Amino acid sequence: MFANFDFDVIARSLRYLFFDGMTFTLILTALATAGGIVFGTMLALMRLSGFPLLAVPATGYVNLMRSVPLVLMIFWFYFLVPYIGQWLTGAERPIQVGYFTSSLVAFTLFEAAYFCEIMRAGIQSISRGQLAAAQALGMSYPQTMGYIVLPQAFRNMLPVLLTQTIILFQDTSLVYVLSITDFLGAASKVAQRDGRLVEMYLFAAVVYFVISFAASQGVRALSHRTAIIR
Amino acid sequence: MNYHWNWGIFWDISPDGAHSYLQTLLLGTTWTLATAFFAWCLALLFGSIIGVIRTTPNAWLVRLGNAYVELFRNIPLLVQMFLWYFVLPEVVPQAIGTWLKQQPNASFYTAVVALGFYTSARVAEQVRAGILSLAQGQRLAALALGLTLPQAYGFVLLPMAYRIMLPPLTSELLNIIKNSSVALTIGLMELTARARSMQEFSFQVFEAFTAATVIYIVINIAVTFAMRALERRTAVSGFIGASPAAAH
Repeated sequence: MFANFDFDVIARSLRYLFFDGMTFTLILTALATAGGIVFGTMLALMRLSGFPLLAVPATGYVNLMRSVPLVLMIFWFYFLVPYIGQWLTGAERPIQVGYFTSSLVAFTLFEAAYFCEIMRAGIQSISRGQLAAAQALGMSYPQTMGYIVLPQAFRNMLPVLLTQTIILFQDTSLVYVLSITDFLGAASKVAQRDGRLVEMYLFAAVVYFVISFAASQGVRALSHRTAIIR
Repeated sequence: MNYHWNWGIFWDISPDGAHSYLQTLLLGTTWTLATAFFAWCLALLFGSIIGVIRTTPNAWLVRLGNAYVELFRNIPLLVQMFLWYFVLPEVVPQAIGTWLKQQPNASFYTAVVALGFYTSARVAEQVRAGILSLAQGQRLAALALGLTLPQAYGFVLLPMAYRIMLPPLTSELLNIIKNSSVALTIGLMELTARARSMQEFSFQVFEAFTAATVIYIVINIAVTFAMRALERRTAVSGFIGASPAAAH
């Protein structure tokens, strides 16, 4: 099968694949993870606040995002973000945003629902005695959360958060449906142009595998190191 | 918002000339469900086999199972779909490749196979976790009673492990339904693809996507209820792991 396997097409397009494609993939992964964790933590705090006015919308949001496919959400936000932009800025007509902005919004809002569930489990893993102790010391709610609960919740959940980030990294390949030049998009464009589907898709699979496998082994090592012996 | 809403669009005839837009969405739903169903059967079968061999005492079988899971978990589903759809027919002997490409519903079969294998790795993880969560004494007691290893799995370990696994398997089942939307990239006209094409032809973006979202939510709720009912029916009373509610 490797008789007419053209390694040269990979070598020729390495620059395009990694400088154009992989850079986009990694930036999207990093920003969506950061945004998703921040928004997800807020959602988790809302769900655990005990105020129905905060908890019900947060629960509804998380359940909605978790019931629909990511592909559908990518389409949703591709068309919705211009209208949100118009509404936010009060402009005359829908604002033209790039592919990058719309996919970043889609991934951040979608993954926030998953990060919310992780952070909720993390916050609940902190014993109630610590909350009571913080309040007995006279700490306000933001102080209790900021100094006592959230740092420990993050530490406990770090392996799970990183595993979710690896899933997010793989999921970014779905921006293909908007014809964006992410890593897979770049590979696909070269594949179509040169008629080298076999080489390019196999190469893309190998690259995704190596990165995801190495990262998940790293997470495994990290979770052994950060485990707190109780 | 100066978007022009038109909810009546669902009753307009779609470009195929025979069905209304609503009917095309429902047709897409049947493709989504059919893909998910057949892929789920495949995933359960292979996931169970791989999950079981990862808990056997044979180190080589465990390694083989681990390699299988790592392979399918670390490549994005979309890339796996492309490998099955574009790459496989090229690397097999030419006659088989040509035959594969000529199949009438190639994208459907490919989606089932790709989604099935992708999900089987995740099911294998659940099967393994379910078996390992059983007390070690159960395996030892079964073997001490003179059961062979296959009998110990078939009569003692698996019946309990599957009950414990039902909640995580439910979320995998929901995942496989959602993930079937990735098959639109290889041309399967499932629900998301139908919503997309309705948007392209009618320009009623938000109506189309709202309808698809509602259908996905309804499927989700229905599957969750059905699986809860299954959990209640199969619960072994007094066994805490199977049903926390039944323990009290």
